[in-house]
Amino acid sequence: MLWFFEWCEATWLGTAVRTSVGAFPLIESIHLLGLGLLGGAILVVDLRMLGVGLTGQRVAAVAREARPWLVLGLGTMVLTGTLLFLSEAVKCYYNTSFWVKMTALVIALCHTFLIRQPVALDPELESSTRSRFVAIGSMALWFTVAAAGRWIGYS
Amino acid sequence: MINDLRLLGVGFRSVPAGEITIRLLRITRFAFVVMVVTGVLLFYSNPLRYYHNIFFRIKLVLLVVSAVNIWLFHGRIHRRVAEWQHDAVPPRQARLAGLVSLLAWSGIVVAGRLVAYDWFDCDRNVQTAFMMWLQGCATSGVAE
Repeated sequence: MLWFFEWCEATWLGTAVRTSVGAFPLIESIHLLGLGLLGGAILVVDLRMLGVGLTGQRVAAVAREARPWLVLGLGTMVLTGTLLFLSEAVKCYYNTSFWVKMTALVIALCHTFLIRQPVALDPELESSTRSRFVAIGSMALWFTVAAAGRWIGYS
Repeated sequence: MINDLRLLGVGFRSVPAGEITIRLLRITRFAFVVMVVTGVLLFYSNPLRYYHNIFFRIKLVLLVVSAVNIWLFHGRIHRRVAEWQHDAVPPRQARLAGLVSLLAWSGIVVAGRLVAYDWFDCDRNVQTAFMMWLQGCATSGVAE
């Protein structure tokens, strides 16, 4: 599989980001702004499912309002994250944190769209034990993605 | 960010603004304390370097800007939040506060990330006199 990572790094985009002084920090900053949006949109729903925060609204209402921001934040992060990855793909290949992050990301995405969203939108599950477990699971998964992501830079 | 988007009238429009500014800011305040505590610890890992770092200084200035903005917002338009909290798009003053906050906090995130880069460090590369002055490089004699 290493050949694929080498190919990524040799792409025009990967080379452009790598050879520029300011591109990586700039894209990284936008990646973090995306994190602010994505993290907020995820947390506000998870916390509501746990009975914290916007308790004057139904869980479903909060989930519906948060969704477009979640998608926007996610889009920003995936786009900028891909650029960052292309610039140092081979380093990522040998980086354990990178693989932890990608694995956790896939699980977190499946959990968010296939499990959490339907549970949040179901009025019968509001403040049920199941809904609370789903919210805690969501926070744990996304925390793992973020922490492992931060760790990529330390190895 | 959710608070700012609501004040701008672009997000969470079905939720009354007062509910976000009051219930959500309780969580924000808690998160802010966590960030200040961990931020101070990180700062003490290398205080002299951060003290001179231009991005660190920009970050602190923006923190003050955002504090003043919050103070003005709560002292003025937010006092009458009950009157406008159900409007999808809040009054101008509130939208302005939302915009300033969104820009200031985005700047804080970006500046915070750039603190890690040493492009302008007093003892690295050749810095312009203006940058030396901005960063107060002379005071600790790091790179006279």
